Amino acid sequence: MTATTTSSLAEVGRSAATLRTFLHGLPGVDHVGAEQRAALLGTRSIKTGAKAWAIDLAIRMVDLTTLEGADTPGKVRALGAKARRPEPSDPSCPPVAAVCVYPSMVPAAVEALAGSGVRVASVATAFPSGQVPLEVKLADTRAAVAAGADEIDMVISRGAFLSGRYVEVFEEIVAVRQACGAAHLKVILETGELGTYDNVRRASWLAMLAGADFIKTSTGKVPVAATLPVTLIMLEAVRDFRAVTGRLIGVKPAGGIRTTKDAIRYLVLVNETAGPAWLDPDRFRFGASSLLNDLLMQRGKLATGVYSGPDYVSLD
Amino acid sequence: MNAFDYAPAPESRSIVDLRPSYGLFINGEFVDPADGAGLKSVNPASEEVLADVAEAGPADVDRAVTAARAAYETVWGPMPGTQRAKYLFRIARIIQERSRELAVLESLDNGKPIRESRDVDLPLTAAHFFYYAGWADKLPHAGFGPHPQPLGVAGQVIPWNFPLLMLAWKIAPALACGNTVVLKPAETTPLSALLFAEICQQADLPPGVVNIITGAGQTGAALVNHTGVDKIAFTGSTDVGKQIARAVAGTGKKLTLELGGKAANIVFDDAPIDQAVEGIVNGIFFNQGHVCCAGSRLLVQESIHDQLLESLKRRMALLRVGDPLDKNTDIGAINSATQLDRIRALTQIGGEEGAHPWSPPCELPERGFWFAPTIFTGVSQAHRIAREEIFGPVLSVLTFRTPAEAVEKANNTPYGLSAGIWTEKGSRILSIADKLRAGVVWANTFNTFDPASPFGGYKESGYGREGGRHGLEAYLDV
Repeated sequence: MTATTTSSLAEVGRSAATLRTFLHGLPGVDHVGAEQRAALLGTRSIKTGAKAWAIDLAIRMVDLTTLEGADTPGKVRALGAKARRPEPSDPSCPPVAAVCVYPSMVPAAVEALAGSGVRVASVATAFPSGQVPLEVKLADTRAAVAAGADEIDMVISRGAFLSGRYVEVFEEIVAVRQACGAAHLKVILETGELGTYDNVRRASWLAMLAGADFIKTSTGKVPVAATLPVTLIMLEAVRDFRAVTGRLIGVKPAGGIRTTKDAIRYLVLVNETAGPAWLDPDRFRFGASSLLNDLLMQRGKLATGVYSGPDYVSLD
Repeated sequence: MNAFDYAPAPESRSIVDLRPSYGLFINGEFVDPADGAGLKSVNPASEEVLADVAEAGPADVDRAVTAARAAYETVWGPMPGTQRAKYLFRIARIIQERSRELAVLESLDNGKPIRESRDVDLPLTAAHFFYYAGWADKLPHAGFGPHPQPLGVAGQVIPWNFPLLMLAWKIAPALACGNTVVLKPAETTPLSALLFAEICQQADLPPGVVNIITGAGQTGAALVNHTGVDKIAFTGSTDVGKQIARAVAGTGKKLTLELGGKAANIVFDDAPIDQAVEGIVNGIFFNQGHVCCAGSRLLVQESIHDQLLESLKRRMALLRVGDPLDKNTDIGAINSATQLDRIRALTQIGGEEGAHPWSPPCELPERGFWFAPTIFTGVSQAHRIAREEIFGPVLSVLTFRTPAEAVEKANNTPYGLSAGIWTEKGSRILSIADKLRAGVVWANTFNTFDPASPFGGYKESGYGREGGRHGLEAYLDV
């Protein structure tokens, strides 16, 4: 990493031409090879002590999420209690990383999580479609931050990205970044709508150049959410970005990760792609809801040797 | 934060029921060798003796060829293709059913990681039998005339690097075409072939159609020189291949040879870098580099040399070397002390010639035969490590400046088995592939196999094709 590279990278977003040249100059992704690599890492066999370690890490990485029209403060309070003490009978079980809610639920989440160290994350910018004017997106963001959100999960305008208006997307992320103030910004690429791994790599770099703290796969509201190959491409992007700038950007797969086996596959992917520096809740998160209960069941199985029933873990 | 240390995840070996000793599989049953000679098959990861195996002498080879001849003339040759297909499909299904057992045995006897024997060797072995089972009743439509006839008795000699898969490549097309076989597995890896003999019994294959005789070079020579054999198929080293070609010359026996290689894996500056790195690793470190079509020469465009090498080294540091039965092992044991000596000798020469070796830090087990994955940079075409087949986890890195230079260097080898091209530019793939003198050219992938795709060499890599419709030709009188 050199000062020259870093400052010239900062220039990249200045014009449509430089941004396009940069993004289209990134090495291509061969989709067959990328999927084979992800599948191969999926065959790693994580057992005994390594499994216990991975389960606890995965619990600490969960962004416990509820993003429903039917959400109420009561529901969010219940989630908050679960986030603080996922396994009430076992004090050695760590809390999750964050609770992720809609902006209107942020006050309830802040109250429920006060003093716990569990962060409050809020989706903003007209989640999940992002199809509103920029001023509305910024107002949405400011409101969530003002209500006490520690982290903002924004969506990019996929329409602008797919039609090649990269500067528009870039400037939007910069503006939301400013509106976030001290809050961390996660940029949702909605990879299920981007169509190609080349686009995933370009969108990842675009978001990182514009100031994202995290890049996130999905809203969970379109049919294709997080996949191992998509996460592999994003982990390669943060690895390469660090080599150039020295900055470590986080990655968050979201949607469709439901089992401990899935979660451990992702952790193996992190370990063997971005590296051990990303095996940390500050650098890697799971956007999930039902995953936590499966992690708790498997944790109990490792500790006691037997599976408990679904009634032995709490409903969210 | 401590590191993510994967705990040992060993595959159980209890599924394999090894006998203390094995006879020769002749005429449908296991028999003792005439002179009682034997050899021991050793686990290369621990040097533990796995089983005693018979060594076939000339009298045993004669018995096996006689049994194969009788089966050819009375049962298998006259049998309709639809019936032969039934047996081949049955064998393929049994291989699938017993694949875990076969995979564990293959890893025990050969030293290859269970991940590869489980996910590559066994699925491909079964696929090969399924594929040629499908041809057995369709030979009149294969393009070799309306009634293509089998050759008779095929003598087949296979290597130790893919014991079961090479057996499938030999036996499946031979049987589909109506020939009977006498097959000699390599002396260091005979066990999966003997388990395959049990599978032939289980499938009720008529006696004598498949005969498996174990032994070393002398057994192979006796088989090659036997006058009752109509066809020789050999996979192995170029030296032995030449000896066989001399021995067979003028006898009227048909011959196919699949010999060594020194494949170029060509990476252009517009390649998908992350996948190219995977392809390089898969090209040379797959099966400890014991692959005749291994991408043992990396030709990288000078403009991306440093960047690519950095990525490659980072990736190599993740390779897990050790217990072949651990499900997380990427690189297993070198197959034998002899092979380890050869790898060591050639890598020492590489250093003396002025190339720079590099290996990631990795702890090698004390017992058994091991060699750390190694790359040599600063290699030139004149170095022996750029010209001779090492047959181990050792990669020679060379550079080129233009596509024409890449082609010239890639073809500048006595071998011509395979090559790889890495570029995002489709037109370049087509134009380079046209100019490479290699039997298989992979584009943006490496070491990818399919039974429908023919495989074979140019120049000192041998002649004849295995796999696909082309593979039938080696076992038909055309």
